Amino acid sequence: MSFWDQIFRPRSTSSQVAKERLQVVLVHDRVKLSPELLETLKNEIIAVISKHVSIDQEAMEIKLTHGRGYQKLTADIPILGSRDSAAPRRPR
Amino acid sequence: MTGQVITITSGKGGVGKTTTTANLGIALALQGKRVVCIDADIGLRNLDIVLGLENRIVYDIVDVVEGRARLRQAMIKDKRMPELSLIPAAQTRDKTAVSPEQMLAICADLKQEVDFVLVDSPAGIERGFQNAIVGADQVLIVTTPEVSAVRDADRIVGLLEAAEKSPARLIINRIRPSMVKRGDMLSVADVLEILAIQLIGIVPDDEQIIVATNRGQPAALDNRSQSGQAFRNIAARLLGQDVPLMALKDTDGWLQRLGRFVIPRRE
Repeated sequence: MSFWDQIFRPRSTSSQVAKERLQVVLVHDRVKLSPELLETLKNEIIAVISKHVSIDQEAMEIKLTHGRGYQKLTADIPILGSRDSAAPRRPR
Repeated sequence: MTGQVITITSGKGGVGKTTTTANLGIALALQGKRVVCIDADIGLRNLDIVLGLENRIVYDIVDVVEGRARLRQAMIKDKRMPELSLIPAAQTRDKTAVSPEQMLAICADLKQEVDFVLVDSPAGIERGFQNAIVGADQVLIVTTPEVSAVRDADRIVGLLEAAEKSPARLIINRIRPSMVKRGDMLSVADVLEILAIQLIGIVPDDEQIIVATNRGQPAALDNRSQSGQAFRNIAARLLGQDVPLMALKDTDGWLQRLGRFVIPRRE
């Protein structure tokens, strides 16, 4: 980063930080999903998908996020390669 | 003719519920409406002192519920304006001294007598809050532009939906325009985006509120007070009048602004 970028880099104001933190915390407050339930969901999703597709279980992420006016569960599931594909799997 | 019950609540304490109730009571009475304010914060009585009526209490809401006084006897008339009266909370009891059914009956009785029953809810979401909303025809949620107050307001929105008391309308209190301007306070738009409920008014942070409370003369009585005007505007909106949101002035003087320019903000 150049000197000028340092000087003119847009900072996030404390109100932006407040808004983002609130949005995250309210998603959890509203949906009332406990971390344990979220973990259960994650394991069950892994079980279902692994039957058909090889997935990177370590890198898989499931979290609550917000859209405009609604909450959603977002699952990010990296695929290692289809089970019946002839291509060699990516090494772990 | 029946009046309506409006409950003022917030979840979090200290955001201005009592001040709002007192000022809306005064402002509605100034418009010629008959108003009774009920202090539902049993054990932590305060609406009396904010209204300047603390020396005139004989009976309170628990006396009514327990049959020591009739409802009419517990209503303290405000000498400044005959349209306004107060039913104070008991100071030596707790929230369980009144049941939701009793509160509902009191609200129903009062609706026959006046145009507006304003219920000042205690903080929290327990019995006192349940009592405060049980008779409500509409609910006003007071918040300030701070993370804790907004989070609690969101919880209240959810509880009101569950209790079928929605849609509530929002009052954003203690806005400091200069802080919003420099990005150090949530803006009205930010709070509305987060809570997604209808706004009924905004109130600027105003030192005069403390002076008004010191004297027991709510700001709505003072024509020069900006916050008093904000509360009068909200009362007008409750009466269905179309009043635009007030433009909030940046109250910092040139010296503070120069100070911010010369001494950059910490990250």
